[in-house]
Amino acid sequence: MDVNLDINVVSKNNIASKLEASKTEVSYLAQTEAVKSRFDRLKAREVILEVKGLGKVYKTAKGEVTALKGINFKTHRREFICVIGPSGCGKSTLIRILAGLETHSSGDVLLDGKPVTGPGRDRGMVFQGYTLFPWLSVKKNVMFGLEMNDIGSNEAAREADLWLELVGLEKFASAYPHELSGGMKQRVAIARALVNQPRILLMDEPFGALDAQSRAKMQAHLLEIWRNIDITILFITHDLDEAIFLADRILVLKAHPGEVQELIEVPVSRPRNASQFNSPEFLATKARLEALIHPPAPVVEEGINDEAVTPRMIRFVNVEDNVE
Amino acid sequence: MSLASWFAVRRELSPNKRKLLGIGSFLLPLIFWCAVSYVPFIWHPMVLISNPGAVDYFQTDMLVDKDVFKDELANMQAANKAAPQGVPANPIYLPAPHAVAKALYTGFTHAPEQRDGMWLHESLWHSIQIIFWGFLISSLIGVPLGILCGTYTAISRLFEPFIEFFRYLPAPAFGALAVAILGIYDGPKIAIIVIGTLFQQILIIANTTRKLDYSLLEAALTLGTSKFKLLIHVIIPGILPELYRDQRILLGWAWTYLIVAELIGTSSGITWFITQQARYQHFDNVYAAIIIIGIIGLGGDLLLAALSKTLFPWDRSANKE
Ligand SMILES: Nc1ncnc2c1ncn2[C@@H]1O[C@H](COP(=O)(O)OP(=O)(O)O)[C@@H](O)[C@H]1O
Ligand SMILES: [Mg+2]
Repeated sequence: MDVNLDINVVSKNNIASKLEASKTEVSYLAQTEAVKSRFDRLKAREVILEVKGLGKVYKTAKGEVTALKGINFKTHRREFICVIGPSGCGKSTLIRILAGLETHSSGDVLLDGKPVTGPGRDRGMVFQGYTLFPWLSVKKNVMFGLEMNDIGSNEAAREADLWLELVGLEKFASAYPHELSGGMKQRVAIARALVNQPRILLMDEPFGALDAQSRAKMQAHLLEIWRNIDITILFITHDLDEAIFLADRILVLKAHPGEVQELIEVPVSRPRNASQFNSPEFLATKARLEALIHPPAPVVEEGINDEAVTPRMIRFVNVEDNVE
Repeated sequence: MSLASWFAVRRELSPNKRKLLGIGSFLLPLIFWCAVSYVPFIWHPMVLISNPGAVDYFQTDMLVDKDVFKDELANMQAANKAAPQGVPANPIYLPAPHAVAKALYTGFTHAPEQRDGMWLHESLWHSIQIIFWGFLISSLIGVPLGILCGTYTAISRLFEPFIEFFRYLPAPAFGALAVAILGIYDGPKIAIIVIGTLFQQILIIANTTRKLDYSLLEAALTLGTSKFKLLIHVIIPGILPELYRDQRILLGWAWTYLIVAELIGTSSGITWFITQQARYQHFDNVYAAIIIIGIIGLGGDLLLAALSKTLFPWDRSANKE
C-alpha cells in the first residue's frame, strides 16, 4: 500500500515536471512557418495608423500627470492589434487621442499618412459604456452616422439593414436600446461604427462589462466580422486571454508614465478557436504577458493604494466546522 | 398581508397597495375635515344661536364665542330670565365639507349673486389664460437659452451669474413697475408669471442639459457629426424627456405665482373670485375655488405625465410605473 502510494506521487511529480518543461520549451517568440508567413504578409500591407513619439501630459490641480510618453507603433491594413496594460497606464487616453477626442501634448498620430486633428468618420469607436442613442431605435442608431454625413435616408436604411443582418440583429431593428442585453447593445455599437466604413475601428474594453459567456461569444463574433470585411481593429483590454485570442500583435504598456514595454507578435495560428486556449504557444504568450504586466516586485505608489491593505484573518467558526 | 410588506425600505409596493394609499392620501385629510366639522365635541369653538332667549344682543343664526355664550347663559339663569339656546359650531371660515361640495356644484350652475360678478368658470378660464401666456412666453425664452447655457460654457458664463442674482429678487416686487409699463390689465399679470418662472427655468434647463451623458456626444463625434449638428441631433433629443419633466415642475411654479400676479393692477380671475367671495364671507365658495385650482393643477400634471409615456417610449423612468 505505502509503496504504491509513493510510486503514484513520484509519477505525478514526473508528469508535472514534464509539463513544466514542455511549457518552457515553447517560447512566445517562436513562430511556425504558417504564422511567420502570415506576419510577413501582414507587414507587407500598407500602414493605416502610425503613432510617432506620442506623449500626453494632463495638467491637473495637483500638478502634471504624464499619462503617455514616447509611444511608437504602426498598424497595417486589416491587422488586429490589442493594447494591454495595468489599469491607469493610459490605454483609454491613447485610444481617445487616436479617435481625436483628446488632444496630445507631443508627437504625431498619422492615419493614412495624414495627421489626426479631431474626431472623424474615418475612425469608428466602440466605447466600454453603452453609448447607443436611447431615443433612437436600433436601426436608427445604425443609420445615424450615415445621416450625419448627408447620405439619403433610403440608402442609409438599406445599409443599416445590411449591417444589422451582419451582427444578427435584424429582428431587433425597431427595438429601443434599453430593451437589449449588454452583448446586443455592443453588437449594435459595432454595426453603427462599421456602417460608416471607417479605416480603423477603435474599441476601448468593449466587452469589459459583459459576463464571461456573452464575452466569449462576442469575441468569436468580432473575429468573424474582422475576417470578412476590410477593417483594421485596435482593441483595448486588460484581459490577457482576450488579447491573445483576438490579436495579431499585442502592444503592452506599462504605467507611470505610460510607455510601450513590448510589441508582441502572437504566435497562435489562425483561424482562432476556443481549443487554442491551452496550446503551448498560447500559454507561453500568456506567461510572457503576465511577467510584463504583473512584475514580481510591486512598485509602491505614493498615496493610498491596494498594497496598503493587509487583511488579518480571524476564525469565526468552530475548528471542526470545516468547509474544505 | 403582513405589516412588514407595507414598510419595505425603498421598495415599490404592489399596484393594489399603491392605489389604496393614493386614495387614502386624499381620504385622510377629508376624514379629518369631516371629524372637525361634524363631531360636535371636536373643536367647535363657537355657538350658533337658535334662540336668543332674553339676551338683548343675541340674534337667531348668530355665531358667538363659546365663552360668551356660557357667560350669558349663566347670567340669564342667575337672573331667572329666558335662557338662550344654541348648538356648537365652527367659525365661519371653516365650512363643512357638504357646504363646500354644494358651493362647488352651484358655482357652475347658478349665476353669481353680485350682478357684475363673474361665474366661477369664467374666473377660472381667465386665470388659465394668464398662466398659459405667462408660461409660453417664459418657455420661448427660457428653454432655448437654458439649452444653450448647458451646451456652450461661454454662454453659460455670460448669462448665468446675472440670472443667479435675478432669481433671488421676488417677482411680486416688480408688480408696481409692471403696472407702470404694461398697464393695469393682463399685461403685468403675465409679466409677473414670466419673471417668476423664467430665471429658474433657464438655470434648471441648463443643468438638465449638462447632465446629458457626455459619451453620447463623443460617440456622435466619432460617427462624423459636426459640432453644429450635435445640438439638434444629440443634445435636444437626448434631454427631451428630462426637459419635459422640468417643464411640468415649472408649470406648477407658474401656478403658485398666479395668485400674486392676479392681485396686481385690477384684480382678476380666480383670485378676484376668491377675494370677492371672502369679502361677503362666502367661505364655502372660497374653498370651492381653492379646490378647483388644486384639481386643475393635479389633473393637468397627471395628464402630462400620461402623455409623456406615449411621447417618449424610450424613456425608462417614464415607463417604470
Ligand atoms: N481627464 C484627465 N485629467 C487628468 N488625469 C487624467 C485624465 N484622464 C486620465 N488621467 C490620468 O491618466 C492616466 C491614464 O488614464 P487612463 O488612460 O484612463 O488609463 P487606463 O484606461 O489604462 O486605465 C491615469 O493616471 C489617470 O489618472
Ligand atoms: Mg480605461
